[in-house]
Amino acid sequence: MKKILALVLALCMVFALCACGAKTEAPAAEAPAAEAPAAEAPAAEAPAAEAPAKVRIGMVTDVGGVNDKSFNQTSWEGLQALDPEVFEVNYLESKTDADYQTNINTFIDEEYDLIICVGYMLADATREAAEANPEQLFAIIDDASIDLPNVACLMFAQEQASYLVGLVAGAVTESKTVGYVQGMVSDSMNLFGIGYISGVLESCPEATVLQYNANNFGDIAGGSTAAKDMITKGADVIYHAAGGTGIGVINACDEEGIWAIGVDTDQSTLAPEHVLTSAMKRVDVASQDIAKAVAEGNFTAGIHMYDLSNGGVDLAPTRDHIPADVLETVEAAKAAIIAGEKSVPTSVEDCPAFTLS
Amino acid sequence: MDKKKSFLVILSETRFLHILLSIILGFVVGAFFLVIMGLSVGDAYGRLLSSVTSVKGFSYVVVYAIPYIVTGLSVAFSFKTGVFNIGAEGQFVMGSMAAAVVGILLGDLPKFVLIPLCFLAAMAVGALWGIIVALLKTKRGINEVLSMIMFNWIAFYLSNFIAGIPAIHSDGTAEATKNISANASTLLSKDFISQYKLCPTANWGILVAIVLTVVVWLIIDKTTLGYRLKAVGFNKSAAEYGGINVNRSILTALAISGALAGLGGALQLMGMGSRISVFSSQEGFGFAGIVVALMGCSNPFGVLAAGLFYGALIYGGSKLNLVGAPTQLVNVIVGTVVLFIAISVIFERIKYIQPRGRRKAAAVQEGKEESK
Repeated sequence: MKKILALVLALCMVFALCACGAKTEAPAAEAPAAEAPAAEAPAAEAPAAEAPAKVRIGMVTDVGGVNDKSFNQTSWEGLQALDPEVFEVNYLESKTDADYQTNINTFIDEEYDLIICVGYMLADATREAAEANPEQLFAIIDDASIDLPNVACLMFAQEQASYLVGLVAGAVTESKTVGYVQGMVSDSMNLFGIGYISGVLESCPEATVLQYNANNFGDIAGGSTAAKDMITKGADVIYHAAGGTGIGVINACDEEGIWAIGVDTDQSTLAPEHVLTSAMKRVDVASQDIAKAVAEGNFTAGIHMYDLSNGGVDLAPTRDHIPADVLETVEAAKAAIIAGEKSVPTSVEDCPAFTLS
Repeated sequence: MDKKKSFLVILSETRFLHILLSIILGFVVGAFFLVIMGLSVGDAYGRLLSSVTSVKGFSYVVVYAIPYIVTGLSVAFSFKTGVFNIGAEGQFVMGSMAAAVVGILLGDLPKFVLIPLCFLAAMAVGALWGIIVALLKTKRGINEVLSMIMFNWIAFYLSNFIAGIPAIHSDGTAEATKNISANASTLLSKDFISQYKLCPTANWGILVAIVLTVVVWLIIDKTTLGYRLKAVGFNKSAAEYGGINVNRSILTALAISGALAGLGGALQLMGMGSRISVFSSQEGFGFAGIVVALMGCSNPFGVLAAGLFYGALIYGGSKLNLVGAPTQLVNVIVGTVVLFIAISVIFERIKYIQPRGRRKAAAVQEGKEESK
């Protein structure tokens, strides 16, 4: 017993010594120590001498975490696909709302070249950090409210993607009744509904669109209830733009055997038999583009709009359930939008059938 | 010699060595997983250590530790008094929402009025959340663990509901409340922060946490109230036989515990978050309090140390991604530590269920040692 005691005490002292040693060194040696591994690593691995310093890209997730099967994950996958010879990419996960600022500051302290903040929840923290550090470059996904010379706002034409899935829904429905679940009423969220309903009514003018505002992005049970309610009223295709609430919508459609339409990413993995298609936003492409722009030295601040013309939004690549003739119509509509012959409404006035606002 | 021995006795009585050993083992198990994943143990633990040992890093640790210390105190207080406050999570959420509502709606009041008001509101609401559960237990005999888990969810959704009320909800696009008034903030002044190179969220909440530590210690160890509560914690029937009103004690214990957790929520909000987001999952400050209370052996000063340790792990751990190690490593370490602490309790029990002959021998041995 005494031996164990002695051992533990000895270990304790060693540990304490280590800690003290590091502490006294820290203030002086901290900065170089942090940079040294990054600077030395390429030199050691590639003796080709001229190896330029890598472009360092830091990504801060929202509270969804990096494996959220949505925005954060897609964005991170996009960054990982970048050339590792040129880019060093890293992410920090936010566990709570208060972590955004800390994580952004960590990347600032580590002198990353670009900090990508995923999602509008980070807007306030990003704005604050960008104002305090005018030399630091930022990009934020899905927020257009920051007007600073060092912030790029990556926005997506959600109404265009929603319009395309609306065309599909209108063509596929047999009961002439389709459903739509929205996560929150706001100008940018309403674009999903406006695009979708315009698409549905174009391919099936006599269709009824059941609409529901869940006022919540994380209520799986609520999404499921809303979808089942729509199904009893006759809906046979339901589109959601409601994040986690939408998972409930897809589950309910899967149980009842009707079509669900996913959003943001290719959600066919959630219910392979019953997800008709998804209105996809290419967050991965957007993240890669801004990273490459920083590497090439032509970062531009302001709003970067991703739409059909630059492949920023589209139908998901899984298209097995869409009949060939419908797909043709969709492709034709897409070409017309890209060519500028056709435009998707973006305001409630142009789409009176949208009743949620 | 005598003094030294008594020091060791104190150590063993507070189970300090068990905890220390558990922590070391936690790191060993963490290292084991790092090796399995093919990652460098030195890199990961070096990063963990270097991120918390600079002045800025340590100030982050302190800031991160504040809510953990206070919820840890809340849970430790409940442990001492024989109830298991698993509802600190809900009390924390309600407390921080109460402070947010006061901090937003009464934002024009001067600092020295507004801050105490926020604290009081948070404590009152946290205590209320504890009292409801205590009443269910004492009047209707409902197990407090069950009702508390449910009350955590009521708090969760109630907080989301309040965050959606137009007067409280953010004016911008964010799914969160407005920021609380600057008068309700416990942040240190910008000049002070830049002068000492502290982290941008440095705040004086830690002083409140230290005061609370002392207050909790005083209540438990130095007052009749604490004596009564502890007696109920040790043995309800004996306490009742001794003339203590058990139901009233449970009510008091959970009210104080709830008030502490609620205040923890206020400190986190006023020092760090300055707004409350619409939750999509529980943030876990209250549950972390259980871990901290366990690591601190339910001793207030132990909780203070454990809270700082936990804060260091959480803050240092958040940076592990930068060296390619997963953040979840911290969860492995904490989980292992808690597991070993729990196991050490079992070993203590085993000591008492030795076979008869040996027990007698042990008793004789002990007697001899005592007579020395």
